[in-house]
Amino acid sequence: MGILIQTPGVLTTVQDLGRMGHQACGVSPSGAMDQKSTRLANILVGNRENEGVLEVTLGGTSIVFRRSNVIAICGAPAPAVLDRQPVPFYKALSVQAGQTLSFQYAPQGMRTYIAFAGGLDIPLVMGSRSTHLKSGIGGFHGRKLQQGDYIGFRSPRAYLPHQELRRVEEEHFPRSGETVSIRLLLGPQEDAFTKLGQGTLFESLYEISQNSDRMGYRLIGQPIESKNGSDIITDGIALGSVQIPPSGLPIIMMADRQTTGGYAKIATVITQDISLLAQCPPGVKLRFVQCDVETAQALRIAGRRNIEALIRRFQHMTGSSYWVQVNGKTYFVTLEAGT
Amino acid sequence: MDTCRYLLVGDSAVTVEFSREILPETSQKIRALKEQIASARISGVLETVPAYCSLLVHYDPTVIQYGQLVEQLKKLQTGIVGKAFPPSVVMELPVCYDERFGPDLEYVARYHGITREEVISLHSSQDYLVYMLGFIAGFPYLGGMDERLATPRLETPRLCIEGGSVGIAGKQTGIYPVSSPGGWRLIGRTPLKLYDPTQEKIALLDAGCYIHFRPVELEEYRAIQRQVEENRYTCKTWLKEV
Repeated sequence: MGILIQTPGVLTTVQDLGRMGHQACGVSPSGAMDQKSTRLANILVGNRENEGVLEVTLGGTSIVFRRSNVIAICGAPAPAVLDRQPVPFYKALSVQAGQTLSFQYAPQGMRTYIAFAGGLDIPLVMGSRSTHLKSGIGGFHGRKLQQGDYIGFRSPRAYLPHQELRRVEEEHFPRSGETVSIRLLLGPQEDAFTKLGQGTLFESLYEISQNSDRMGYRLIGQPIESKNGSDIITDGIALGSVQIPPSGLPIIMMADRQTTGGYAKIATVITQDISLLAQCPPGVKLRFVQCDVETAQALRIAGRRNIEALIRRFQHMTGSSYWVQVNGKTYFVTLEAGT
Repeated sequence: MDTCRYLLVGDSAVTVEFSREILPETSQKIRALKEQIASARISGVLETVPAYCSLLVHYDPTVIQYGQLVEQLKKLQTGIVGKAFPPSVVMELPVCYDERFGPDLEYVARYHGITREEVISLHSSQDYLVYMLGFIAGFPYLGGMDERLATPRLETPRLCIEGGSVGIAGKQTGIYPVSSPGGWRLIGRTPLKLYDPTQEKIALLDAGCYIHFRPVELEEYRAIQRQVEENRYTCKTWLKEV
């Protein structure tokens, strides 16, 4: 027993942190677009970070629980009700069999993640539960969820120890029309572009087009000038690669990207900014800021430390931990036995 | 002097570029470095993706950082300079050039003013180097087709081409790993599965190996197909003579 999809919304899929290790065979990693929200939701319900979650695009989804469990919702704040009660995000909460969780349209952000304690009963394909829509692999029969789809729970929990303490700070996400800064590292093929072209990338604003999906973000703005066209001998593609096709308009390669491609890649989005980018809906304007590899890797390491600290906090949680508000700021405090 | 370039691909990947020309020797070097990296077990290296002229190395920067990784890769790269490459494997792919699988064989023959038998003979007498896999899962980018077979693509692509179909597109030949739309001139089909997500080794081919097409009659095609379905077929292989 688990969940029944009552309304699928625009696009709801099962994702984990991706199908790694098969890119040499041409298998796209896919996986959650916003990995930070996915990790947080899983950690809140006591799962491994890489457990399969539902990725709800722009809200509009409703699911019926056929069995009680503990869930956590992170990411785009699509207003949600459990039956009629508003549901808090970024917090573990118990749901009862028979209850319905419904999301409205997300006014900010792009993707909402629901984690279920003990995980969803979705088979592993090449070691992952992620759905890759284009090749029809993984997740729920390789496709987006439809009305009437039923997914079981693997080992549901009615309640987690110290559940009321299982919460984290809410995040804020951009809305259409806002401007967001995204950091880039030049390369691997920045030398295929003129100085003018490289300057254009950092000096103008690019708007995320409606034609963006889990595979790539297409951008609207000033074309980027190449030296002799932007075709290269096909090579490997990484997450966040900024490809420049002959039109000169950038395409940022996201989760469902192909593993190789023949367009020059002028730059790459730093990993720490990918989750933010994944939460930018069409109409958001991007300002690209140049970064260096040492800074990008230091940011990534700091991000990892925060996640690990969070995991430790919940593992070592005892009855003497509290949320305390001081001057409007919320702190998590654990009292330890002293001498 | 053997030089290669290390290209920054964000904070979690680096491209080792060996040349800017598609050459079998480059493919050998890429395969050799890929094997070196695998046996060196550098902690933090996640996976490597061969392409025509380069190897993309994905890594976890919380375990190893850019400078340290490039240093290690340079050591491995110097280690392969001047060394003989291990011989490549040739894999035999049975192909049935029957009309029902190769609806464009007749067109290719007429286009070049040769017989169907000559097309089959030209196509099946070469060893084709698998430069890389990509585009879709299991799809091999092949080099080495006889230029006498170069034929333009269909003007209107077909909506569905069966997996295993062998075709010609311009100067290339290739195999569709799974059913998909496409504009290649189809000349035959192999009963082997180039891509099978249920197997431990999901792709039949590896970058750096060669394939050799062996023409088979319809009856043998059916027999092999049954063996493949029952997981009983073993692809015939041998080492490429240098």
